[in-house]
Amino acid sequence: MRSVCTVSERVQETPSTITLRFDYPGIARPGQFVMIWVPGDDELPMSLSYVGDRKGVTVKVMGETSRRMQGIPVGAKVGIRGPYGNAFDLRPPRILIVAGGSGAAVLAPAAEAAKENGAELCVALGATTASELLFDQRFQAMGARVFRSTDDGSVGQKGYVTGVAAELIAARPFDAVWTCGPEVMMQKVIRAAEPAGVPVFCSVERHMKCARGLCDACSLGPYHVCVDGPVFPAPALTLLDEFGAFKRDPAGRRVRA
Amino acid sequence: MADLRARFAGIELRNPFLLASGIWGESGTSLKGAYEAGAAGVISKSIGSAPRSGYPNPTVEEYGRFGFLNAMGLPNPGIEEYPREIAIARAAGVPVIGSVFGGDATEFAALASKMADTGVIALELNLSCPHAEGFGSEIGQDPKEVEAVTRAVVAAVRIPVIAKLTPNTADVVELARAAERGGASAVSAINTVRAIAIDVRLRRPTLSHGMGGLSGPSIKPIGLACVWQIADQVKIPIVGVGGIETAEDALEYIMAGASAVEVGTAVAFGGISVFGRLVADLSRLLDELGIATLSDAVGAARAGSAPPAG
Repeated sequence: MRSVCTVSERVQETPSTITLRFDYPGIARPGQFVMIWVPGDDELPMSLSYVGDRKGVTVKVMGETSRRMQGIPVGAKVGIRGPYGNAFDLRPPRILIVAGGSGAAVLAPAAEAAKENGAELCVALGATTASELLFDQRFQAMGARVFRSTDDGSVGQKGYVTGVAAELIAARPFDAVWTCGPEVMMQKVIRAAEPAGVPVFCSVERHMKCARGLCDACSLGPYHVCVDGPVFPAPALTLLDEFGAFKRDPAGRRVRA
Repeated sequence: MADLRARFAGIELRNPFLLASGIWGESGTSLKGAYEAGAAGVISKSIGSAPRSGYPNPTVEEYGRFGFLNAMGLPNPGIEEYPREIAIARAAGVPVIGSVFGGDATEFAALASKMADTGVIALELNLSCPHAEGFGSEIGQDPKEVEAVTRAVVAAVRIPVIAKLTPNTADVVELARAAERGGASAVSAINTVRAIAIDVRLRRPTLSHGMGGLSGPSIKPIGLACVWQIADQVKIPIVGVGGIETAEDALEYIMAGASAVEVGTAVAFGGISVFGRLVADLSRLLDELGIATLSDAVGAARAGSAPPAG
């Protein structure tokens, strides 16, 4: 069932990223997503970046629809259905979070929930440049240790966040790694964690239509991201020839992931 | 243990449950998954001549336990790309029925011929999608078109041809007769029931396309009525589809005259394991009712039908 919600808050998080908040009561677990519909425009799957009664999604400009979604003003009405999908297991006591770009959107609420459970958190936070680091303050505010990287070296370590992640995994003991970002990035995180034997959980994105496990638009090997995901343990993904290789476009054609 | 094999139109299946077209049909791995979960065979997504993205989202509206309203808009990768997905399923030994949609008899025949080349065991003609301009039920509501399309396809292929009929018509029996005249080996009934939903706060239809098709438990009695009426009037076998969630639902269709059934929306409620549950439950149900073989139950609820053979 779809609810119509009013956008109550719009926050410019980085030059390319905004957060929309809306009151949508009900329990959502960190990692889950909603289908958000801009009337007259598309409906998109978006991981929740806030999971309380006042929920939120954090939108980065990726294409035409996300650009238009960024233009939604406070007071606008949006359709919401969900939450759908699975969630992060919040039990591990020592967690490394590896966030590339807008991947921090789904990892931040999971980190907050884990912190409430008493987990120790390290965050490897990467972006193209300093101003694009998403939820840097939010991770610090929850008491996580944040290690930054930027492609241009404007803040933190210069290079990709996978470099920072690999160093952290080599230097410290972790019970789990949570990651979200481009699939090639997540593949590198998985490889970095392998020698240390730390289980990795990835939040994966695919084009979605029904979000209820019927239409097959989000098929990923034997899985459907909408019901079996979006959070997958690494071994489920690394066995698939399509993870990091291809996804399906709205017509069902294979296109590069 | 009851014999669950379904036989119709020269097709033999290990049980009567087929994955309905449009469900889990985008990838060969998914088709294989449905078969491994217990489906006797799978019907592909409806494939057209060229890649088609379908309508923008929202393409689906949920009605809780009643079912779904959808207007996907026949998204498909096109007949040139799709055979690789069928090949994945066939390599795993899955009986695949290829669904095609076209704008006229010539296009249908060309598609059917290409689809037959992929090694599918039968074809299902989409004459019934209720929300695509120029396709589906826009053709399938006209008995003359149904007959012409069926005849052209039957002439183009050597495998059984199943015409999938629409309930969005004054007389579904006329459509079934037309398919029979055109040489169809079987008909399947029904596709979704034309329907719409409106959001009163937004003052607009909730699907991007406006009009859609209703599926799920709420349409089962409608599908049953269509199968019941058709069974009276045509000699070719019927595949029943519409709102089947339980073994008892399936047996209703079978007793109304269906030789096999298709299951789609139930996958949203029970996951793909619904097929394994349906097979096990139907076996138990037939035992409980003293029905030795599934074929004894076909049409068993019809007046004058022979009592089940022991």
